[in-house]
Amino acid sequence: MAFYFISIVLLGFIAVYALMAVWAERKISAWIQDRVGPVVTGKYGLLQTFADIFKMLQKEDITPTLADKKLFLAAPILVFTAVFMGFATIPFSPTYISSSINIGIFYLLAIVSIEVLGILMAGWASNNKYALLGSIRSIAQIISYEIPAALAILAVIMLFQTLNLQEICMQQGILSKQKIYFFGFWEVSKIGGVFAWTIFQAPHLFIAFIIYFIASLAECNRTPFDIPEAESELVAGFHVEYTGFKFGALFLAEYAMMFLVSMIAAVLFFGGWNTPLPNLASFALADYTTGTYWGIVWILLKALSLVLLQVWIRWTFPRYRMDQLMTLCWKVLIPLSFVLVLFSGIWKLFILN
Amino acid sequence: MRKKKNTYLLIKGLFKGLAITLKHFLKPKNRVDKGIQSEDYFSQRTGSSTLRYPADQIPVPEVGRYQLDIEMDDCIVCDLCAKICPVDCIDIEAIKATEDIGKTSDGTTKRLHAAKFSIDMGKCMFCGLCTVVCPTECLVMTSEYDRSFTNPQELNYVFAEMPEAEAAQKRELAAVAEQAKKEAKAAALANSAINKEGQI
Ligand code: SF4
Ligand code: SF4
Repeated sequence: MAFYFISIVLLGFIAVYALMAVWAERKISAWIQDRVGPVVTGKYGLLQTFADIFKMLQKEDITPTLADKKLFLAAPILVFTAVFMGFATIPFSPTYISSSINIGIFYLLAIVSIEVLGILMAGWASNNKYALLGSIRSIAQIISYEIPAALAILAVIMLFQTLNLQEICMQQGILSKQKIYFFGFWEVSKIGGVFAWTIFQAPHLFIAFIIYFIASLAECNRTPFDIPEAESELVAGFHVEYTGFKFGALFLAEYAMMFLVSMIAAVLFFGGWNTPLPNLASFALADYTTGTYWGIVWILLKALSLVLLQVWIRWTFPRYRMDQLMTLCWKVLIPLSFVLVLFSGIWKLFILN
Repeated sequence: MRKKKNTYLLIKGLFKGLAITLKHFLKPKNRVDKGIQSEDYFSQRTGSSTLRYPADQIPVPEVGRYQLDIEMDDCIVCDLCAKICPVDCIDIEAIKATEDIGKTSDGTTKRLHAAKFSIDMGKCMFCGLCTVVCPTECLVMTSEYDRSFTNPQELNYVFAEMPEAEAAQKRELAAVAEQAKKEAKAAALANSAINKEGQI
């Protein structure tokens, strides 16, 4: 029973989050460009995206005559279900995780790859050259960027020796059963807080985070890696033929995907549901602020800040060219992440022992 | 060595870009709405670049080429505008009047009824040719530009439409008059032929 309840709450949360994220993105982009953004619908234009989604649901659902009808319908469903399934192994608090499987992060990597299948289906089924070009680009990009992302994640899980996301979270705070060292020299198992987070457990893990973050931008098709959508060249890329509800589902999936990769980053690098407040002498702040509800608050705050960072980056940087994109991935990020994996091994063997 | 420097410059550039966008994001001064009416709207360095249409509109020139409008009382139904229109969006049906039906404001006599006069603004390409050829200058372009409709039929502006019964009656009268004229002409011709014969 609780299982159904939580999954429905999660679905509702993601839908509301996606609408608010679209609103926030429009507002942030407006402010960055000295515009005012949505102001008319509701206070501060807050209801704008709700109005947009209602308009979208009322629209005629057009399937192109020459489209592959079955694939055309299946693609948005596949993309959205894949992203939604990803939330199953994310721990929301010390006591709550939908499915505490011991291949958690591996499962998530697989989920992220399924999305690319949906994008290919959408592009192919539309029978439109722009859509097809967009999806081909998307595949080249996502498959390439999965490698540095996976290697950066590998550098982290080599230290924790587990694939279970709940255990990875445990090992970054005061609930840890192992000893935690701040940069390898200061034991912080009882102090916790921000000092116990992954990025402060070894000096190279911050670089691992940056690599993962860049790769995750590419996996969500966000600027500067939005060449699959590239409005100025491909109209809208793989979803150019979609209308109405199906377009809404693809749109929702894109924002849910942003949230999912930010959740993964928060869990792997920023302590997941762990509090940023440390236990200092007699102020046991970390003890106070660790718990089921606090955990949900912290992890959402962390993930949403990362989403904000993605939006900020989108409205700052221009788009990469295809060859630059591949150069960055294969010649810079992959060698660097291999070095990080090596460094993780050395750190685990010689410093932590 | 050069490569190292380039990488450094690249990273520096990235952060500089982020700093610039952050600066704009955090400055509410940039979002103050000055409005088009303020004197220095086009020279200002700060302030919002949003124009809150329709509450705030850029003034358009009075001679702008936007919507077509016609003063039907001044139209002599000469059909020149329909003939020159490159996209054939003006539809005119003229019926000859049996006598003069009035004068336009510039003194031209009107001899034709407009049974139908419509301009399809959905087809119009705003070339303005029709307004140039109009002999009585009754067809003009106004400065109104923001017209939109939910039904495409409404884009066809109907300026004159005679009820079918009335049009039929007028047509009949015109036909009768035409017939009478023809007969008169034939009679005159026959007369002149006889005269000519007499001369020979
Ligand atoms: S403006 Fe040009 S296209 Fe439009 S009705 Fe007049 S002649 Fe035709
Ligand atoms: S050219 Fe002018 S007067 Fe002649 S039919 Fe057109 S609008 Fe009327």
